[in-house]
Amino acid sequence: MINQMPPVLSDGELVLRAKAGDLDAFDALTTRHERRVYSLAMRMLRQEQDAEDVTQQTFLSVVEHLDRFRGESSLSTWLLRIATYAALKIIRKRKGLDIVSLEEATEPSDHSDTIPHPEFIADWRQSPEQLVETREIRRLLDEALTQLDEKHRLVFLLRDVEGLSIKETAAALGLSEANTKMRLLRARLQLREQLTQTLGDPATQLIRSHNHPR
Amino acid sequence: MKCEELLRMLNEYVDGTVDPAICEEFEKHMAGCDPCQVVVDNIRKTITLYKNGQPYELPVAFRSKLHATLREKWKEKHPIK
Ligand SMILES: [Zn+2]
Repeated sequence: MINQMPPVLSDGELVLRAKAGDLDAFDALTTRHERRVYSLAMRMLRQEQDAEDVTQQTFLSVVEHLDRFRGESSLSTWLLRIATYAALKIIRKRKGLDIVSLEEATEPSDHSDTIPHPEFIADWRQSPEQLVETREIRRLLDEALTQLDEKHRLVFLLRDVEGLSIKETAAALGLSEANTKMRLLRARLQLREQLTQTLGDPATQLIRSHNHPR
Repeated sequence: MKCEELLRMLNEYVDGTVDPAICEEFEKHMAGCDPCQVVVDNIRKTITLYKNGQPYELPVAFRSKLHATLREKWKEKHPIK
């Protein structure tokens, strides 16, 4: 059978067709979203085999539960939630935690009032647009992410890499919004620190005075 | 506003969800505080850099296996009448 589906069908239209049993439409949806799901899994788990498992589980779950997707969120948000849930299961298994949620598993310091202070403050030598995706930059970004605590990394991945809202990120990870925001702040500050160490121009480095007048 | 308070509002400011009155104070502080200004700029660039990151490609062998598995599962779920 020749697939005559035009390439520009929206997710919504493809979902409708898939719900009606159209395998080509489902296949097109998978093709459209598989890299995003796989990338999230790779960034969360940093292990190819596990990322493949998560990707497969996610789309198998779509076959099973597509009729439950009502379109309150975008399809990609829905997929990322399913993938996050599957990835968290693997993370918990790795840690030997069965029932404990990510929230419960964290130390109380998360609720403390201290925010890490920026140390190395300097303008970057290049804009993000100039920093084209070279292998070096990619490694730098991956390494900085690896340095983060898992709980901070997961929030950053969903919110800033995948573009979920705070609310969606909190829901996907089973966290409160306040906790999600605090983790995001820590993640952003820590990544800024790391990247600026490499990308900052030492000639523009600023020293923050301890007793700032304001 | 002190540097410390500014740090606390960083998310809201960078994401554009900060209360307008606080936003004004935030910007007033930045205008007189170079370190905070640079930190905010660094943070924005950090986010942009990650946001623009290239996705990982599925290994080719995995991808074909995935699609075959899904097709099979689909046919189980939607048997041809
Ligand atoms: Zn300041």
